Amino acid sequence: MTLTPSQTVGPFLAIGLPWADGPYVVPEGTPGAITITGRVLDGAGDPVPDALVETWQADPNSRFNHPDDPRGAVTSATPGFRGFGRSATDQNGGFRIVTVRPGPLPTPAGATEAPHLDVSVFARGLLDRVVTRIYFADEGQANAADPVLSGIAEPERRETLLAEPARQPGAFLFDIRLRGERETVFFDV
Amino acid sequence: MKTGIVLPHYQRPDGVHPPLDYPDYRSSLLRAPTQPLVPMPQWLTEVTGPLLGPDRVTAGDADLTTRHAGEPLGERIILTGRVLDSDGRPVPDTLVEIWQANSAGRYAHVVDDHPAPLDPNFDGGGRCVTDSDGRYRFITIKPGPYPWRNHLNAWRPAHIHFSLFGRAFTQRLITQMYFPGDPLFAQDPIFNSVPDPKAREAMIARFDLGLTIPDWALGFEWDIVLRGRTATVFETEEHR
Repeated sequence: MTLTPSQTVGPFLAIGLPWADGPYVVPEGTPGAITITGRVLDGAGDPVPDALVETWQADPNSRFNHPDDPRGAVTSATPGFRGFGRSATDQNGGFRIVTVRPGPLPTPAGATEAPHLDVSVFARGLLDRVVTRIYFADEGQANAADPVLSGIAEPERRETLLAEPARQPGAFLFDIRLRGERETVFFDV
Repeated sequence: MKTGIVLPHYQRPDGVHPPLDYPDYRSSLLRAPTQPLVPMPQWLTEVTGPLLGPDRVTAGDADLTTRHAGEPLGERIILTGRVLDSDGRPVPDTLVEIWQANSAGRYAHVVDDHPAPLDPNFDGGGRCVTDSDGRYRFITIKPGPYPWRNHLNAWRPAHIHFSLFGRAFTQRLITQMYFPGDPLFAQDPIFNSVPDPKAREAMIARFDLGLTIPDWALGFEWDIVLRGRTATVFETEEHR
């Protein structure tokens, strides 16, 4: 069957997609919760105020409550863990996701993926979503062994995938540069 | 070392989706990445995904015509179809979200300055969950075409935005549904950004007299096909 092609979300996605609880992968006040904030920027370095950022991740015990995980679907030990986050950007291109740090994941060939979130970005001007990953800059050892990160030859390109710890405890910064200088690595999945 | 972890693998959508870099669509010029996409394996995070269902929907969300004090102006339509994967298997219990302009071609959004009237009885957002057969159904009004500033005398064909999750991160899709016979297709860079004519056709709903409710609403049918699974892929192939 012919696949349905992607089309841009256009400038008016705010009518249909944002949810009041979208940014909360875990309920507010969850012990150990972290906040990932950042900006979506265009090729001129200007904020993208009409984008949508979505995240998907394992729970802190490296599990998914999903039947296609061959290790079995598991209800997370973190109460209210949804795995999924969704944040529309504001006038400054800013987004915010409240979550818990995911655990590392085994690959079929026996390697280990460092803790990460898969990310989709939708916006006017993007005819298809762009996909990236958020890793954590303070997971140096795990990141060094991660097969996806290691597959990116240039260190400065790899760095675009690292969320940096901010001053406040539990806060991380992750900017998404759609184009141009320090362009974020985007994946073909 | 093998771990005994065997994962499903989702078909690559080669040649179906529009290129990100598509200068005819002016908004892409500052936003489309310039670096080639890096191939990513489909591992645990990619073959799973949010299973969003009834908890995201409240009664009445699938009827965009009864949410306000009065009825919206325009051509009332029934819009239904199935969410399938490319093997033809239905995707049940999955969230479908839509948004659209009103019958005059105006979005209920502060950024839309098209001088066409807003409709106090229409906000343009809707959602529902597919049934066990993968079927969704909305009641809405037919959106109007509207001008935009992409090029001189540019008009978008009438369309409804659709957001789909499927069951896996790999299947996530946001697209637009068009109406049959629209005279604006030929000049629309967004519609024509899809390279394959057959795939472009797949974005157009079909008018169905059988779905029409006599004396009340016209009926349109549109199936959505998400990436399906290929045969099991072994470890050596997982980087393609």
